[in-house]
Amino acid sequence: MEFGPSETQRLFERLVRTYLGDRLPMDALHRLAKSGSGFDEQLWGGLVELGLAGVLVPERFGGAGLGVFEAALAAEALGYFATPGPFAAACVMAPLAILGSDSDAARAAWLPPIAQGTARLAVVFEQLAGVSGASAVKRRANRLSGSLDGVTGLAGATHMVIILADHTTAVVGIEEPGVRVSLEPSLDRTRPVGKVELFDVPAELLPAGDARGRALRVLDAGRTMLAADTLGAAQSMLDRAVAYAKQREQFGRLIGSFQAVKHMCADMVTMLEPCRALVWYAAHAQDAIPEEARLAACHAKAHLGEVGREVSRMATEAHGGMGFTDELGLHYWFKRVSANRHLLGGPERCRQEAAALQGWG
Amino acid sequence: MDLSYSEQHRALQAEVRDFAKTHGHLSPPSGGGRKRPDRKTLDWQRILVERGYAARTIPRQYGGCGAPPDVVETAIIAEEFLRARLYPGVMNQGISMLVPTLLEVGTEEQRRRWVSPTIHGDVIWCQGYSEPGAGSDLASLRTRAVVEGGHFIVNGQKIWTSSAHYADMMFLLCRTEADGEKHAGLSYLLVPMTTPGIEVRPLTTMTGRAEFNEVFFTDVRVPVDQIVMGRGDGWHVANITLKHERFMLGDPNKLMQRVRGIGELMTRTTVDGVRVIDMPEFRDRLLRLQAEVMASRWHHLRLLTERARGEDPGVKQFLVKYFGTTLGYRLSSLAVDVLGVAGLVYQPRGEAAEDDEATTWQIDYMYDIGLMIGGGTSQIQKNIIAERGLGLPREPKAPGRW
Repeated sequence: MEFGPSETQRLFERLVRTYLGDRLPMDALHRLAKSGSGFDEQLWGGLVELGLAGVLVPERFGGAGLGVFEAALAAEALGYFATPGPFAAACVMAPLAILGSDSDAARAAWLPPIAQGTARLAVVFEQLAGVSGASAVKRRANRLSGSLDGVTGLAGATHMVIILADHTTAVVGIEEPGVRVSLEPSLDRTRPVGKVELFDVPAELLPAGDARGRALRVLDAGRTMLAADTLGAAQSMLDRAVAYAKQREQFGRLIGSFQAVKHMCADMVTMLEPCRALVWYAAHAQDAIPEEARLAACHAKAHLGEVGREVSRMATEAHGGMGFTDELGLHYWFKRVSANRHLLGGPERCRQEAAALQGWG
Repeated sequence: MDLSYSEQHRALQAEVRDFAKTHGHLSPPSGGGRKRPDRKTLDWQRILVERGYAARTIPRQYGGCGAPPDVVETAIIAEEFLRARLYPGVMNQGISMLVPTLLEVGTEEQRRRWVSPTIHGDVIWCQGYSEPGAGSDLASLRTRAVVEGGHFIVNGQKIWTSSAHYADMMFLLCRTEADGEKHAGLSYLLVPMTTPGIEVRPLTTMTGRAEFNEVFFTDVRVPVDQIVMGRGDGWHVANITLKHERFMLGDPNKLMQRVRGIGELMTRTTVDGVRVIDMPEFRDRLLRLQAEVMASRWHHLRLLTERARGEDPGVKQFLVKYFGTTLGYRLSSLAVDVLGVAGLVYQPRGEAAEDDEATTWQIDYMYDIGLMIGGGTSQIQKNIIAERGLGLPREPKAPGRW
């Protein structure tokens, strides 16, 4: 028994962090954010080489055959560097949807290109995830018509997994005639949002005996990834606030020697550090404790949404006026945390689900 | 990440579950305030120590079970006791603070004399640290001891001394070196509470109960060998003790129990015919706190793992007291809000009997503020977290003698 990453898992995390640290200095992030596409071929290629695209894909399909726990370590690292890209959807939720299908043919067709990073599947729920907006899709046999809001991982997507209100799950090609994707400028400049309209589009159905159970597993894993991403993003802001407090002088003293600033930093770390154990547990539960997977994912998503909001606000304040500028770039993390809070269901919605799971109300 | 139990751990789990079935009826109630353990509690404690469910890692020669430190075993025992709602064993300042201190820096004679009766609950200790003029700035304390004919002669006053009115012994921090510096002038003495010249006066708190005491020393004679380490080492010893107190105050199992208790309370409490658990605002508050309690629980397990690996947990350890006591207060706040007007009936019954449910929550609601203050206030904790944990610059010292 060991609560926390093993030596191998820590090595994997370090590799991802080293790569991102080299590739995403602030000027690179400014440049990527300016384009607003949320996807960079070169950066993605590097992540694929590190095994992130195939993190959940079994080795026989060319993946790394790891678990949601390792994926969460990667998600935390991606959040720490405010990395553009569709990781949660393309590398975690979509592969889980396909792995949970009864179709061997679908697995053989989809998992290898997912692991190679050439097939990037966005994911969207018509209902179930507690996302605002107006989604409605009609299915006639294997053809879909309608519109969808709240698509995750639209940046750089080649395909899209659609989980309908009745839990039917289908894959649609983005380039398919009749698919209209409108990417819109997003608050979070590192990951765009968008709307998808479907006009009688052919879809590949992914049958599953327990379609609802599969849909929930995809949702829970996705929420866990967003919680881990927020954990990393908030940690990054906290680290920068502490570093700033050690170097900025006012009134002839380092501002970090004032209790007002010091205690703000103490409050941030006290809120955030126990979240790491919560996220680890939620991720591990997806892999190994199915009876607790839903509750842990709901709590991790909700709680990181709340703590992320507090820490991102306080870390911005700790930087004084500089924190409010575009140039410093702290706002990329602030906005990322905000986006994560709402994607796949906000804290209030997740807690409502957590209550229902326990027979409360 | 591996939360599976080894064969040995599964065996222990089965053993404890079996014990809960066969011996559970002997357990005193799992709650209970501060009072001298009664006969039933002492008998239960004896069984727990024999079985290694309490004092598990205390070496055999000092009356413990002598098991090698194993964080998983400790967690399994705590979890199973919680599940079966058994009294987890006597917990007091002697067991949680003095015993580890003696094991770390006491003499062989001191360990042989004090550890066994303390872990069995036969000898009760109180802590003589705070003074009216020395709270957060503990090292400025002025209770003085001078050596005269083989004895320390102690004069001064302590405050916030819980359990002094029934304790057998006190571990006392006092000033023995007249010319010594602030910290270097202190010593750590072991003092029988029956020594002539000690007067204990109850101190009634905002809960209406005499939870603490003031202790006055007038020419109290303590043999010079009743000292832990040497003269002037008191600050070092006291810090070893405090380290253990800070860990004790953040027990996540107690928080888990509270969440469960409040969930049940909300399910059976109604307002205008509506169950409180069906009111979204209340339910949301419970769920928010549950997430934090879960975080606290897994954080605790993470700390145990790191300690077992021999790593220094640093800031992760420093934040436990502040996090845990604040969370505890928010839990009891929710409970008194759920009880509402019906919870305003307040009849604390002292140490003699169990309080009713409403009174218990109201006491917690106030006592939890005491916990945020005692053992290093939240503000002192935040200094420690920021300075020792995050490496922020220390507060400039005020000019003056110390």
